[in-house]
Order: sequence, then C-alpha cells, then structure tokens
Amino acid sequence: MAQIFHRSANTLSRVTIFGAVFIAGFLLWVIGGIVRSPVATDQGVFREQPVPFSHQHHVAGLGIDCRYCHTSVETSNFAGIPPTQTCMNCHKEIWTNADMLAPVRNSFATGTPLVWSRVHRLPDFVHFNHSIHVAKGIGCAECHGRIDKMALTYQYAPLTMEWCLSCHRAPEKHIRPREEVFNMAYVAKNQEELGPRLMREYKVQKLTSCSTCHY
Amino acid sequence: MTDKLTFDDFRARIGDVPTREYWRSLDELSRSEAFDEVLANEFPQQALPLQRGVDRRDFMKLMSASMALAGLAACNRPEQKIVPYVRQPENLVPGKPMYFATAMTLGGVATGVLAESHLGRPTKIEGNPDHPSSLGASDAFMQASILGLYDPDRAQVVYQLGEIRTWSEFVAALVPITNAAKTNGHGLRLLTQTITSPSLGAQIQQVLAMYPGMQWHQWEPVSRDNVREGLRMAFGAYVNAVYHFDKANVVVALDADFTSDGPGHLRYARDFASRRKVRRGTTSMNRLYSIDCGLNSTAAVADHRWAVKPSEVETWARALLAGGSGVGNANIAAIARDLQKNRGAAIVIAGEGQPPVVHALAMAINQQLGNVGSTVTITDPLEVQPVNELESLRQLVTDMNSGAVQALVMLGGNPVYDAPADFNFAEALKKVPFRAHLSHYYDETSMLSQWHIPETHYLETWGDARGHDGTVSIQQPLIAPLYNGRAACEVIGALLGGMDASPYDVVRSYWFSKGGNEQTWRQSLNDGVIANSALPPRGGAASANIPPPAARKEGNYELHIVPDPNIYDGRFANNGWLQELPKPQSKLCWENFAIVSPSTAKAIGFAEGERAALNNELATRRVKISYRGRDVVLPLWIVPGHPSGVVTVTLGYGRKNGGRIASPPDGSPIGADIYPMRFSDALGGGAGATIALTDEGAYMVACTQEHQSLNFSDTGGDREIIKRQTFGEAEKHEEEETNHQSMYPPFAYPLHAWAMVIDPSVCTGCNGCVVACQAENNIAIVGKKEVHRQREMHWLRIDRYFRGEPENPEIYHQPVPCMQCENAPCEPVCPVEATSHSGEGLNDMTYNRCVGTRYCSNNCPYKVRRFNFFHYSDYDTAAYKPMRNPDVTVRTRGVMEKCTYCVQRINEAKIDAERRGGDQRVRDGEVVTACQQACPTDAIVFGDMNDPKSRVAQLKKEPSNYGLLAELNTRPRTTYLAVVRNPNPEIRG
Repeated sequence: MAQIFHRSANTLSRVTIFGAVFIAGFLLWVIGGIVRSPVATDQGVFREQPVPFSHQHHVAGLGIDCRYCHTSVETSNFAGIPPTQTCMNCHKEIWTNADMLAPVRNSFATGTPLVWSRVHRLPDFVHFNHSIHVAKGIGCAECHGRIDKMALTYQYAPLTMEWCLSCHRAPEKHIRPREEVFNMAYVAKNQEELGPRLMREYKVQKLTSCSTCHY
Repeated sequence: MTDKLTFDDFRARIGDVPTREYWRSLDELSRSEAFDEVLANEFPQQALPLQRGVDRRDFMKLMSASMALAGLAACNRPEQKIVPYVRQPENLVPGKPMYFATAMTLGGVATGVLAESHLGRPTKIEGNPDHPSSLGASDAFMQASILGLYDPDRAQVVYQLGEIRTWSEFVAALVPITNAAKTNGHGLRLLTQTITSPSLGAQIQQVLAMYPGMQWHQWEPVSRDNVREGLRMAFGAYVNAVYHFDKANVVVALDADFTSDGPGHLRYARDFASRRKVRRGTTSMNRLYSIDCGLNSTAAVADHRWAVKPSEVETWARALLAGGSGVGNANIAAIARDLQKNRGAAIVIAGEGQPPVVHALAMAINQQLGNVGSTVTITDPLEVQPVNELESLRQLVTDMNSGAVQALVMLGGNPVYDAPADFNFAEALKKVPFRAHLSHYYDETSMLSQWHIPETHYLETWGDARGHDGTVSIQQPLIAPLYNGRAACEVIGALLGGMDASPYDVVRSYWFSKGGNEQTWRQSLNDGVIANSALPPRGGAASANIPPPAARKEGNYELHIVPDPNIYDGRFANNGWLQELPKPQSKLCWENFAIVSPSTAKAIGFAEGERAALNNELATRRVKISYRGRDVVLPLWIVPGHPSGVVTVTLGYGRKNGGRIASPPDGSPIGADIYPMRFSDALGGGAGATIALTDEGAYMVACTQEHQSLNFSDTGGDREIIKRQTFGEAEKHEEEETNHQSMYPPFAYPLHAWAMVIDPSVCTGCNGCVVACQAENNIAIVGKKEVHRQREMHWLRIDRYFRGEPENPEIYHQPVPCMQCENAPCEPVCPVEATSHSGEGLNDMTYNRCVGTRYCSNNCPYKVRRFNFFHYSDYDTAAYKPMRNPDVTVRTRGVMEKCTYCVQRINEAKIDAERRGGDQRVRDGEVVTACQQACPTDAIVFGDMNDPKSRVAQLKKEPSNYGLLAELNTRPRTTYLAVVRNPNPEIRG
C-alpha cells in the first residue's frame, strides 16, 4: 500500500509545530504595535473643527497665555474650553468681517454654542485632573506638545496607560519649575539635578495605585 | 395566640447542632440541613438558569449575535464633541461641582437640602447642615428624589381629555370658571396637600378672598390628623410639638417611629443618637422603651420593646398616665418609675398612626412630668391653615355628590387612588363639570380629570416651606423644568387672573413684603434657611382631661395599615431605587406583603414544615385578607417580633397608572393596592380581618434577608458578627492580640491609611446610607427577578440580626460596606490584577481590567462584591444620562464592583490639600463618604487612621472596637463598635 503522506510531510509538520511559537509571537508583536500606533491612539490626528483655530497664531504669534482661554486649568480637573464670549472679546474689534470667524459671530449672536471636536480623549474610566499636574510642575507641553507650533491642533502624545505610567513612575524626568509650566519653549538645563530637587520641593509622590486614576 | 413559638422549640428541632445566638431569619434559627446548603453557596439561584441547557435555536441566536458584534470591535472610536458656553456664568468652574441650598417637602414639611450641581445638572442630594430639621443628614426619600427628577415617566405635557394642549389654553379655559365664581365662588373648590408654604398660603388666601364662597380642602393620605387632633385635645387649639431628644434621658415611644417618620425625624434621630454613643468614659446613656405594633426603625434600637396590637397602645398610655398603678403589668409601673426619676428630662411620644386620644395622653404624661417646656416645645402650627384633613375631604366629597361643586382644581396629590375607600372619590369626582389636576405623573386622578398639568419637581422651581420647628427654607431651583412643568403657585396665579407672575416673583415678593431686602434674601438663599424664622414657643399646658376609653372592637385579626417605608403613600412608586431598597426591618423589596408574627403564621396554617420546604427566603405562599367586605391577596411574610394577631400591610402599591416601574406596561402593577381597605373611620385599619392561605403554590419573592450571609460557618455556632454589651457593664471586648502574620509582604502606608468605624448601637437601619451610596456611585438596579437571584448591586447592605425569642427578639442592624482589608483575600486571586492594594490601604477595583472571573467575590469572606451579570446600567435612556455622577465610572456587563470608600471624594480632597500647600495632608473631616454624610445618627465615621487625632483613630482605640471575622486575619479597615443597650434593671424579659 502506498504511503498516504509524502516524505516532505515530516519536514512540513516540524516546521509548523516549531513555527507556531514564532508565528504566535509575531502576531502578538503586530497586535502590540497596532494598539500603540496612531491607528488606535489617534496620536497626531487632526480633527475637523467648526473654526480652524490656530494655536500657533494665538500663542506664538500673539503671545496669549494658555490661561486666558483655558481658565480652569489651575483649579479644576477640566482645563476649560473658552466660551464664545472669550473669542469675541478680541474679535469684536479685529477681523470682524473674516469669513473664517462667521461661526463664532453667529454663535454669539444667536446664543448657540460652538461645537468643537474633542482632540484629547480619555476613556470614561480614567479620571485626569489638570489642576494637580499644573500645581506639581508638569508643563502643558509635556503632554500637549509644542501647541505653539500647531496651526491645527492634534493629539501630541499617545495617551496610552503605558505613556501615563512612564511619567508617574519617574516624574523627576518630566518635572519643571512651576513658573515654567506655561512656557512652551522651556528646556531644562540640568534635569538630572533639577528633577529630584523639585520632587522634594513640591512633595511629588509617585502615584501608581490603580485608584489614582481609575474609579 | 397562646401557642407561641419559643426558642426552645427551635432548639429542640436543631438537636445537637450548635445554636447561633444571632440569627437573621427563622430558617437560619432552625438550621435545616438544606438551608445550610443553600447558604453555603454565594448565589444559590445562579445555577437555575443554566440547568435548562442550551438548545439549537438558542445556540444559533448566540452565535449569530457574536458574529454580528465581532465586526463592531474593529470600529474606531466615535468622535466626541465639546460644547462650551456662549457666555459662561460667573463663578462656574467646569469640572467643579456647585452646591445650592434648597428644601424638599414631604407631607408639606420641609427638610433642608444641599443639592450638588455639575454644569447645571443636579446629581446628588445632601442634607443642609444649617437646617434644623436635617443638620446635614438625609433619608432615603431625599436621596432618591434625584432619580425622581430625571424620571422619564414624569408627566411632560398639558392634557385635555387625552389631547395635548398648551398652558395658555388651560389658562383660557379657567376664565369662564373664574368669571362665574366672581359673584358666587361656592362651586369653585381647591384641593391641595398639606401646605406649610407661607407664600403659597398667602396666595391661596388671596384667591379665597377674590371668589366669595370658594372653599379650600386639604388631603394627605398619610395625614397628621391624629397628631393635630390629639394636640388640639391637649392644648385646646391646633399646635405643633417640637421634641428635644438630646435633653431626654428616658424616651417612651408609643408606636412612634420618630427616627424615620414624620417632620424632623432626621433631627430627632441625630439628637437621640447623641445620647447613645458610649465611649470610654461616657457616664450616661438614654433609655428607650418602645411599645409598637410591628418592627420599625426606632423599635430596632429600643432598650425594651413590647409588640402590641394597635388598639392596645391606648391601654398602655392610660396606664402610664396613671403612674402604672392599678394595672396588672409590672413593666408599666417600672417605666412609670423611670419616667418619674427623670422628670423634665423624659419624652413620651405617640406615633402618627395612633388615634388622637393617645397623643393627648402622651402630652398629658409629658405635662405631668414637667417635660412640656423642657424636652417638648409647643409652638403655633406649621400649616398655613391646619384642618382635619379627613373631614375636609369628606366635605368635598359630600358637596361633589350633591352637585354643589362646579369646578375642582387639584394641586398635587392623587385622591382617586388614595382617598378613603368609603368616599368613592372617583365616582364623586365624575360629577364635577370642570376638573383640573396638577401632578408629577399622569396618574389615576389625572386620568379622571379633563385637564392635567405636569407639576415641577422641587429642584425645578421656586417655593418655600417650614421645617419641623417652623424654620422657613426658600426652595430654589437648580435646573429649568425638564418637562414643561408648572408649580402650584402658577396655577393659583392663573386662578388669580395673572399669567405673568413667575414662581420666583411670587416667593421673592412675598418675603420682601414681610420685611426682607436684597441682602436678607440672598443670605437666606445661601444658608437655606431664613434666619430666626423658627416658630417661638407658646404657653399653655396640656390638659389632663382625657375622654374615657371607647369600647374596643374585637375580631379575628387586626389589620394594621401603614405607609410603606420605601414608597410612602405611593408617590415614590415609580422610583426604582426605592423599590429595590430592602425594606428596613423585613428586607423585602419590589412589593408589599402581609406581615405577621411566627405564631400567627402557624395559626393560619402556614406551618413550619411548609415554610422550610419552600425555603422561605426565596418563596412564600400568598394569603387572602378579607376586611369589611373587601379582599386583597398578598404574599405572606413572617417577621419575628411582630405582634401576634395583627397583620400589617403597607400602602402605595398596586398603582394602575403610576409609570413604567410601578405599573409595568406588559404586566400587572407591582404589589397590591391597600387603599380599597382603608375606610374613613379607621384609616389605620382595625379589628375584624380574616386571613386565609390561597390555593396557589409557592410565590417567588425578592428578600435580601439571607443574601450575603456571614453567619455561616462550617463548625456551626455563632461567628461573633454582632457583639453586644449592657451599659455600665465591664467592657468585655478588650482588643485581642491577633496574629498578623501573612505570606505576603506587609504594605507600607506612608501618607494616609483610610479607615471606617461603624457604631451599630445607633443604627436604625433607615437605609439613608444605602440610597446615598447608590446615588453617589451610579449603582444600577436589577429588578425583582435578579434580586431573587441574589444579584442586587447595593455596595452597602444593612444586615439585620435577631437575638432571643422569635416572638419578641432583640434587633441589631449592621451596615456592611467593603472592609478594605489589609490582607485582602480578594487581591491575590485576581488573575488580571483588576483588584489591587493602593498605597493608602484601599482595595482598588479597576473596572477596565476586570474580565469577570468572579474569583475575588468567591474569596471575599464578607460577601461585599457585586457582579454585573447583565447590562444593569441603563446606557440608553437619555433622561438618566445627566443624573449620573461624572466622577464615577458607569459599569457595564461582566464587571465586578464594590464599595470604594468613595475614592472619588478621597482623590478630590487629596488634590485640594496638595494644591493648598503646607503639609499637604488631608485634614480630618475633609473626606466624608456618601454613607457617612447621609447617616442621621452619625453612626459611620471615616478618616485617616495615620492621623492619631482623627475621629476614626480615636474610635479604633475604643475597647469595644472589633473587626468582623477578625480570626481570618484579613485585618479589615472597616471595624465596628459593640452594640450597647441600656436596659432597665427593674424589667426582666
């Protein structure tokens, strides 16, 4: 009786059995890559907005402080999105006829709020508080990147838990003097010395309990 | 009722099995083998749905659903929108809640409230610490009122005969009515609930003056007529009594549940408990005697308690007035002596269900003891116009029947449902040509009215009302009416002919006309009370001239009709939180029951053997109660300590048109309507009822009595869940040296170590904490069937234990949240580290990690973990979305959850403390858990154990402090104090 399997089946089966380990490993590596990639995290993705607001123009060009618009960043968990009123403080005087600003004027006239698309989005089971990070010397640019160079706002950081923990485990690498928090262009001269010193000064804890963020 | 069941009966049945001193149900006391087996399983009902197996069709359904959903997982996250204000209100910081003082009324009387608002959405109710009726505490009704606000079943539009109309059409329809009434208003009638609101009262007086002959009727189904008439009997006029329990050494409650019922109950509970907290060095403790007609929250903390028939309370009161002399009962003489020893520092208080004469008797005793003026203050009445409401309604019904009533405007209330049965209110109402009804729901009365106007919730409109001592609160809205509602004062305004007066103008102009100005107005809104508006004490002594006792009617069984502890008179019937709340003493939910004592159950043939076979915690039999020609069928329930020969039933169920929860569209209303058995001459029921078991078989119930039992041990016997001691006795519970060894390395808690101490001595089991927790933590309800399967989601449960004779046991309440163990059994068993130890000693639960293995729950000796077996949280109903606490995740199916010690509040306080600078420590009292904040008796204390000065650290040092199941070396952070009772040494048994 003839053999059912050809001799090559032996080799094939060996390759398949040993290869399975590598194939599984490779698949995990691919999945791990995808969940960290912008496809899953939206890192670097621009959002369509009702008004193409440029942080670059307002922050770098005009030198407006972050807190002029994001008023509650030092007091609340939410930094705050400015009401139409804030835009109109200036734009009732300048660029009053610009087509680009029509939705803003319309909103102010009719009392209908502007509807912005959220750029930085955390899941509902994560609770982030802006005020404490600002108070402990974490600069805006640390998470939001060089906003002053963004013509259109995009998400700078991946906002994965791994990324959050990289700082919560080693805040000394990211901490800066409080007075530099809103300075976009700040670069530490000697972070190795400064970080641990500010940690002590600001009494920064390395909070990595689950309930620090998840509750 | 001579064949009482005794402890010995049970003991004989048990034989050699070690007995338990404390027990939760008769089944537990009798300890059948089958019962123990049931108890040993955490979810005995769990296996049932699976036993059926999966057939081919179900399999196909499941698989096709899985396939369909598999595709969705790949979808990207939907885009989220941010909608800022156009003009942001001043002082509003997005992300920071704001608090507004307002007031909630029940029975017309106000309790001060602080309502939490997130970006204009009220999300949580707390008591107002500055309000004398609250002092910061809140009850289940207040807590659940937030769900009532967002209830999608609330009335939303003006109806005329089922057609949608507008408010202005209604106002136009009133014009011919009011025109006709200008010359003779006799045919125009107003029916309201009890009103203490000065501004609304003034408006009504204006209307009455405008239409000569017009009459105002008041009706409240759970009325305080008995109190009003009793005090009138004593003092010759309608007055209000205010009690000062903080000054009372001895309290005698004559069927009075003063800690959870009636005006000022939260204040009374706080004051009463302040004299019952025995700490190291405490030299005095008050004593409570309760003569009641069935377990209630006050009776549960009594030092001595006698369960009597409702009709027998009067006999006790008369004997007490006589000083106990000439009565066979030696106990009464002993109580009388105790009262005499504490002249001027005692209180005798009668319950709202007792007839006026008992109230007059109680006041006569208070007068005799010199309590009036010291522990009891008499003031002018709270009501704008106190009347005998029953007679007021009777007059209305008589006039309606005679055709004298041309138009009836009903402001609130639901008289078609809740008027006395013999009034035939519905039939009489149909004879009125013009009927208008303002109410929260399109209810039974609305259906019989031509016009229905949706009423505003108290968080939606302006108003005012008096608290239990007369203090006026301005009720201010937190949100514009969600459903086009109108306030009572707007309807009155329409009657007055002006459409423009807004509730704000009405209330504000009234108080400005009373000498207020902008500054006092703003101050009153800020404080929640108008300064110095409490009614001053008035003179007068209670008369000792009491009418002679009427002949007592004897009959088979005495029917005892009481308001429901959860849904009151039926107005909260559509509130799921209250429906699912285990009733304070019986631990039943989702319907009403016929409550009897063990011996009565035996007498009507519901024998011990049958009960055990049914496994009474899961099922019971139904009974037919016949009373004065009316029948009702209710499930039978045995409550130890209930008076024999009495069957207690509660009002508020059997709603025909109460909303989706009260009257499910695809089934019969939940519970049975008792109002048809409530006659005007005996609103509280009376003798002459018969009870018979129906032929139908087992009836499934939702009772949480034996759910999550700790009292089960392999070796039998008691596990010392409850510890008790007698006041003055040597303190037995010295801290035992336990072995703190563990296989796991010890944790360090460098900054904070959160802990809780609960004092069950003062826990009345009122449930305020349970609903507060539910509101704070977005806890879902699951429905009757799921509760039956032990799947209720309450993070905090109140265990109720009995001790002693089943006919008259002692009662112990024990709130059980998560113990936040230092050696937590839940933590090491989680395969995905979804539950872990925080640096401050919390057992964190990370929902997004949880994969639902339920190992943690299985390994928790305290049974405090709750699992979302189904999608219990309502994600779809738009109306509920703004209600949820934005600081707490809404949990989905397949996720474990449990008490977090309100970690969102801890984190908030920590961040505030760190931003404040300095030593950055959270100070004692800055973190208040939701349960602690609600508790009227201050039985729950939370704080940082690392701070030796904190209240919680001090309490942990008390000799009576102990941990539950400490022998397991879990080192629970939540500990308990031993229950202290103060029995009179002269009284035995």
